[in-house]
Amino acid sequence: MSDTVGVVLVSHSAEVAESVARMAVSLAGGGFTRIAAAGGTADGGFGTDADRIAAAARAVDGGAGVAVLADLGSAVLTVRALLADGDELPPHTRLLDAPLVEGAVAAVVTASAGGGLAAVEAAAADAYTYRKT
Amino acid sequence: MRDADFFCRWLLAAAASIEREADRLTELDSAIGDADHGVNMRRGFAAVAEALRSGPPDTPGAVLVLAGRQLISRVGGASGPLYGTLLRAAGKALGEAAEVSDEAVREALAAGVAAVGRLGGAVPGDKTMLDALTPAVAALGEGYGAARAAAQEGALATVPLRARKGRASYLGARSVGHRDPGATSSALLVAALAEVAGACVSPGDDPRTPSPDKQVARGDRTDIAE
Repeated sequence: MSDTVGVVLVSHSAEVAESVARMAVSLAGGGFTRIAAAGGTADGGFGTDADRIAAAARAVDGGAGVAVLADLGSAVLTVRALLADGDELPPHTRLLDAPLVEGAVAAVVTASAGGGLAAVEAAAADAYTYRKT
Repeated sequence: MRDADFFCRWLLAAAASIEREADRLTELDSAIGDADHGVNMRRGFAAVAEALRSGPPDTPGAVLVLAGRQLISRVGGASGPLYGTLLRAAGKALGEAAEVSDEAVREALAAGVAAVGRLGGAVPGDKTMLDALTPAVAALGEGYGAARAAAQEGALATVPLRARKGRASYLGARSVGHRDPGATSSALLVAALAEVAGACVSPGDDPRTPSPDKQVARGDRTDIAE
């Protein structure tokens, strides 16, 4: 388990998932590559594509676990359904209870610094505590 | 005893019913959701029908697991993981037996409904598919016709409810007065099950159907018109 944790971003929008991924990598210093966006549906619309999520998780899995962040509704439910009783996702895949944008930045910063899956999860969840007012 | 073919026929009947009612499901969803429930369910169940026709599995459990996986993959909205989990969890509960009893079917569907509750965090009364499925499973001990009537009644009973889960919950009080699309499609699935199980659909013909339910169990298909 010496490799870095993989990160998957799931959004109803392909553009949101891809852009948040690029932003998080940039804010983390630019060198992190074990990240994949899984946004939108196969036909280019807004929604969730379970196959796209599973492919993204397999693509970023280096053996140290995969952290998944999702926006809302079907994105969250699809990841949870895949985790609950499926074999589509790599072992040690975890859905993080965190806001998508802030959680992605925290996850990528922590993962790129060599943090394990538990540390990545804690950092992303901690993003909920940063109040804005 | 029920074999794999029974479950295939159930899901093909459900796919046909969803196809017939897709526009009305979308209409219901346009009132309190994002107007895609009929489209999403039609796409998902068409994929289920195609998968079952091209390679029907040998056991009841495998039929439901395959169908559940198709729904999770192909629906594209929240109903995909929810209905997919319903069928997949029920299929796993049936195990690898080639034939299952009606009691095993009841227990498996109860396990599926419980899994849906865990996945979405909803309980009966939240104006979701559970408002049709929970009473249907409870009535299944009295027969498939009773389950169909209970599901239909449960779906109708969502009209005055305020949505507490899913997108409709953002509407708050404005969700009151509309029938829940998910409970409605759930009632279609239960009606398809009763249909292939041979439960009588005419009032008075099914001694297992309690009289108050007969008025909503009439007709050769489930009418979801308001």
